Amino acid sequence: MFYMSLTNWNIFGTSEFIGLDNYRRLLDDPSFRTALRNTTLYALIHIPLTFVVALGLALLLNKKFRGVTFFRTVAFFPYITSIVAIAAVWNMLFSPEMGPINQFLMWLGVENPPGWVVSTDWSLPAVIIVQTWRFMGYYMLLFLAGLQTVPAELYEAARMDGASAWKRFKHVTLPCLRPTTFLVTVLLTIGAFRVFDLVLIMTNGGPGQSTLVLSQYIWQRGFEQNQFGYASAIAVVLFAICMVVTIIQFIWNKRRED
Amino acid sequence: MTQDLAPAPADLLTPAGDPAATAPRPRAEDGPDAKTIVGKTLGYLLLLIASVGLLLPFVWMIISSLKRNVDVFTNPIQWIPDPVVWQNYVTIWERTGMSTWLFNTIFISVVVTFLQVLTGSFAAYGFARMRFPGRNALFMAYIGTLAVPWQSFMIPQFVMLSNWGLANTRWSIILLQAFGAFGVFLMKQYFESVPESLNEAARIDGLSEYGIWWRIMMPLSVPAIAALTLLTFVNTWNDFLGPLLYLRSNNLWTVQVGLRTFIGQFASEHAMIMTGSVISVVPIAVIFFLGQKYFVEGIATTGVKG
Repeated sequence: MFYMSLTNWNIFGTSEFIGLDNYRRLLDDPSFRTALRNTTLYALIHIPLTFVVALGLALLLNKKFRGVTFFRTVAFFPYITSIVAIAAVWNMLFSPEMGPINQFLMWLGVENPPGWVVSTDWSLPAVIIVQTWRFMGYYMLLFLAGLQTVPAELYEAARMDGASAWKRFKHVTLPCLRPTTFLVTVLLTIGAFRVFDLVLIMTNGGPGQSTLVLSQYIWQRGFEQNQFGYASAIAVVLFAICMVVTIIQFIWNKRRED
Repeated sequence: MTQDLAPAPADLLTPAGDPAATAPRPRAEDGPDAKTIVGKTLGYLLLLIASVGLLLPFVWMIISSLKRNVDVFTNPIQWIPDPVVWQNYVTIWERTGMSTWLFNTIFISVVVTFLQVLTGSFAAYGFARMRFPGRNALFMAYIGTLAVPWQSFMIPQFVMLSNWGLANTRWSIILLQAFGAFGVFLMKQYFESVPESLNEAARIDGLSEYGIWWRIMMPLSVPAIAALTLLTFVNTWNDFLGPLLYLRSNNLWTVQVGLRTFIGQFASEHAMIMTGSVISVVPIAVIFFLGQKYFVEGIATTGVKG
């Protein structure tokens, strides 16, 4: 892959070593910049949103009560459902004129509901909503598993000392949950930067380039325009971003533990 | 039942913020006071809203799949299809290659799952029980591959498989998915919980390492095998990008790729698209509800110990 990124390889199998030219081209490529910006924006919203929703769900469902299994199952179901079907149904729900979501918004009194997937401003939020919906059950499960490891005595002790629910959460749950929160953050980050299949199916990067993300740009250049060399250069950048972010998170986690 | 309910009315009348009413009571007899009742109701309400949000897309999918195309988008929304068009489920078989797609998907999923469990457990046995130099480093490197985005190496991989003449065959997908670090990780976690003394005893009795793997470890690891089987099957069934890239002829397509193409061609046939979606989801839903426990266990163990 690294070698390929230094060539101008194309579908005819001819490749020629051209050094760093591909990377120089990347710097001046407005589509690449758009893709990078969209991916970053996506990550900045999707990661905290999914984190908070998943943790919230896990806390609500970390008790024994009637129907808890049902709720857990429901939350997890989107994660195992086929992405093509998901994209199809959400595209219909988001339909600007007669879609149920906009009908609901109008019923609530919103006069100009967003155009979602057909609007350049709202397509990225639409993708983020679907992706959060899809993954929150999975991360909820990781949080639930983490919550099982929090010793019950600690809660008892905190309650005895008169700590409020919020204080118990802040001083007992969160510290004990640190390995899980770290894992979830790392997984979410890697997942966010590699986001692809949903975008490809739901919006295909559009309208315009409003949802173009890095992975998809690799796909476009590589498999639609057969510029394997140039696409590999983008792939190297994506790989580097994932690695750097993960390493930073590992170092940060180590510091906090010490 | 009556015992549980009896104190409730009295507690409801107690002002929630009055510490004198609740504080002196010993913890052990703590009944549902006003605060917890409000909290519980709120919790239930939140969960109810959440589940409506989570399930609504599926409900919409099923309802729309039974409607006439003109009834899909109406204002107000038609929640009960009228008339109910079961015919959609017949039409889709006639108009698309659904049966071919389903066959391909089942074939690929079954073969991949079988190979994954085989290679995964085999490699996991090596990592869990054999001692050889560089074992831990090799294992870490293998697990590290999970963190690398597929998108970043899909091009060289595609070039490699094309050179081998495997592109546009089922074998490309099977080969790509037959080995996975996730399966090795899952199985290794489980194998390590099996006491080592069992292996020792078997070794003394003259069983080979292969024999131990097959006769001792595998039968003891049924839950892990079940989890891996279900997760792999579902993943392969839902895989979209791999088949999209490698399976170009439409007699090789999986349900996902086929459905996607159908949507591309007949974007305005909303009811039919939903019918296809339901067909692609139902097998997974059935498998999920039957083996729910294993899914959850599989993800919980690998997730947390990772």
